[in-house]
Amino acid sequence: MSDALLEIKNATKIYGGSGFMSKGNTTVALQDFNLNIQAKPATITTIAGESGSGKTTLANLVLGFIKITSGQVIYKGVDVATMDKRQLMEYRREVQAVFQDPYAVYNPFYRVKHIFDMVLKNFKLASSKEEGRALIEDALNVVGMRGEEVLEKYPHQLSGGQRQRMMVARAYMLKPRLIVADEPVSMVDASLRAMILDIMLRLRDEHNISFLYITHDLSTAYQIGDNIHLLYQGSVAERGNTVRVIENPKHPYVQMLIDSIPVPDPSVRWGGEEVTTLDDEQMRAMVESGCRFYNRCAFHMERCLTKAPPMYAVGGEAEKLTHEAACYLYDPEVEKVAA
Amino acid sequence: MTVQMERKRAAQSASANGKEITLDVKSLKVYYATPTGDVRAVDDVSFHVYRGEILGLVGESGCGKTTTAMAILRMVQPPGRIVGGQVLLDGIDLVGLNESALRDVRWNTLALIPQGAMNSLNPVMRIHTQIAEAIQTHEGKQPKEKLKKRILDLLVTVGLPSRIYDMYPHELSGGMKQRVCIAMAVALHPSLIIADEPTSALDVVVQRVVGQTLLDVKQRMGVSMILIGHDMGLQAQLVDRIAVMYAGHMVEVSPVGSIFADPLHPYTQLLIESIPSIKERKPLKLTEGLTHDLRNPPPGCIFQERCPKVMDICRADKPPLRQIKPEHYVACHLYE
Repeated sequence: MSDALLEIKNATKIYGGSGFMSKGNTTVALQDFNLNIQAKPATITTIAGESGSGKTTLANLVLGFIKITSGQVIYKGVDVATMDKRQLMEYRREVQAVFQDPYAVYNPFYRVKHIFDMVLKNFKLASSKEEGRALIEDALNVVGMRGEEVLEKYPHQLSGGQRQRMMVARAYMLKPRLIVADEPVSMVDASLRAMILDIMLRLRDEHNISFLYITHDLSTAYQIGDNIHLLYQGSVAERGNTVRVIENPKHPYVQMLIDSIPVPDPSVRWGGEEVTTLDDEQMRAMVESGCRFYNRCAFHMERCLTKAPPMYAVGGEAEKLTHEAACYLYDPEVEKVAA
Repeated sequence: MTVQMERKRAAQSASANGKEITLDVKSLKVYYATPTGDVRAVDDVSFHVYRGEILGLVGESGCGKTTTAMAILRMVQPPGRIVGGQVLLDGIDLVGLNESALRDVRWNTLALIPQGAMNSLNPVMRIHTQIAEAIQTHEGKQPKEKLKKRILDLLVTVGLPSRIYDMYPHELSGGMKQRVCIAMAVALHPSLIIADEPTSALDVVVQRVVGQTLLDVKQRMGVSMILIGHDMGLQAQLVDRIAVMYAGHMVEVSPVGSIFADPLHPYTQLLIESIPSIKERKPLKLTEGLTHDLRNPPPGCIFQERCPKVMDICRADKPPLRQIKPEHYVACHLYE
C-alpha cells in the first residue's frame, strides 16, 4: 500500500457533544469512511450524496479545516495529524482546493492578479518577477486563458466560468498531486460546465493530478469520474467504478437517487418508486445502530434495524473488487438460504 | 374592487386558439443605468402564458430571466427601470398601475416564489403564523377556526403533514421549507405564480418532490406558472411550454415536446446538447465565445458571436421571432 497517494482509514467525524449549547446532542457527519487514491495513474474519485450526507465534511477533513474525531488521513504514507511543519507545508502545497462559489473566494478590492501573487509569495515559487509572471502565464494557458486579458481586472469584471477556471489555474500553479474540488460546477452555467470538466480531465491525463470530486450531480460524475463513493447520512451506501455503479445501481438509496435525476425528454417521466423525504426530527430519530436508510427503504428487513450492513460485493464475480453496496439484500449468506 | 371586475371582463375577452391567456407580455424593455451607458437586460421581450399551464423561462445566468420576472411583478430596483412595453395580467396593464392598485394585484393574483425561497421564512415564527400573516395581510382578520382549517388544507395541498403546523422553520428540511413557500404562494388563489429557480439549492431527490408538488398544485388549482430555471432536465419534466432567453432577448418559444425533439435556434441546440447524460458517456461538448457587451449590442442577431452557424445576414439584420411550426417560434435567419 506504499503507492497510495491519499489513504483515509475509518475516518469518523462527530459534531457537538461538548459545549453548553449542544446539551450532549451529537451529529455523526461521517462514519468509518475508507478511501484509497493511488499515486499512479491519476484518477478522478467522486464523492456523491444529497445535502447533509457528509461530502463536504470529508473535503474539510482532507483539507485539514476540521479535526478528525477518529481514524486517519494518510498522505504518502504519513498521517496528516502527525506531520511536522515542513511536511505540512508540502501537504498544503500538493493538496489544493477548488470551491463551489467562484464569487466568494475573491477579494473584490484586489485585482485578480492578487490571488496568484499571494501563492507565489507564500510558497516562494519564483525568485524574480519575470519568473513569477511566466508561471502565472503557464497556469492560465492550461485553463485556456491569457494573462493580459484577465490579470489586471477586478473579480466583478469576469464571468463565473472565468473565475472558476482561474481558481483551477491557481491550484495548478502549485503543481499539486491532488485537487479537492467541492461542487466546482454547480454554480456555473451548463454551457461553461463542460469547459471546466474538460480542464479536470486534461489535468488528470496530461499533468497526473488526481481529483477528489465532491458533487451531488451524478450526471457530471458519470461523464468524467473513475471511481465513485455514494454517501448517505455519513456512511457509504455504494462504491465502485463510476460507470458500473451508475449504470447498474444496487443500493436502494442509489437507485432512488438515479431515478430522481430529471430526464431531459418530456416524453419520459421520472421513474421508480414515489420518493419521500424526511424532516430533521425524523432524521434525528433515525435508527442509531442499524441501516440509516431504513425509514425510507422499500425493501427494509428486520435485520436492517439491529446492525448496520457491511459492504457486500455486488455484480458478477469479476466485478468483486470494483462494485460494493452496503445492503443486506446482497448478503451472500441470505442468497444461499433463499436458493 | 373595480380592478377585480375589470380584470374579469378582460380575461373573458382575451383568448387565442381556444386557450385563455393569463399573462401577456408585450415588447418589455428593462434597462439598468450604469455610468458607461444603459445595460439592456431585457430588450423587447414578448411572450404569453395560458391559463393553467407552466411556462419554463430558461437561459444562462445574466440572460435576463430574473429581471423579466421582477419586471412582471413591478419589482425592478434602481438603477434598473422598465423602459417600455406592457405586462397584461388578465387584461390589466401592470406597468401603468399605481402603488396601491399594484398592492392589490401582488399576492392576490400574482405570487412569487423567490430564488432560495426557503431562506425567506422568518426563523422565529411558527409555520402557521407565517402562512396566517400572508393571508391576513391581504384579506384582513379571519375567524380563528376558519383560518386554521384553511392553513391545514394548504399544507395538504403541498403534501406536507399537519404536524408541521406548529413547527419552526429550522425543524424542517430544505424541501419542506420550499413547500411551505409554495403553500404561501397559493394561499390567496393567485392566477399566476412566478417561481424563480425554486429547486436550485436542493438535491435531486428533494428537487423531484418539490417539482411534483408544483405539478400537483397546478392540477388542483388550475393556476398558471412561470418556472424560471436553467436545468433543462427539470424543465422537460415540469413545464408545458419553454421560452428560451439569450442576452436579454427571446430566441425561441415552443411547446416542450417540440423543442426537445427539434430545437431550432442554435443556442437552444447548444443548451440541449450540453445536458450531461447518465445514459451514455460521451465526449464533453465545448463551446467557445463570450456574450457581447450588453451595453453595446452588435447590429444583427444577438447570438452571432457564439453561433456556430453564423451567416453574413446575421451580422446585419436582427431576426424577428417567427412562427415556424404550430406554436413554435424562433428568432433565427436559418429558417427563412
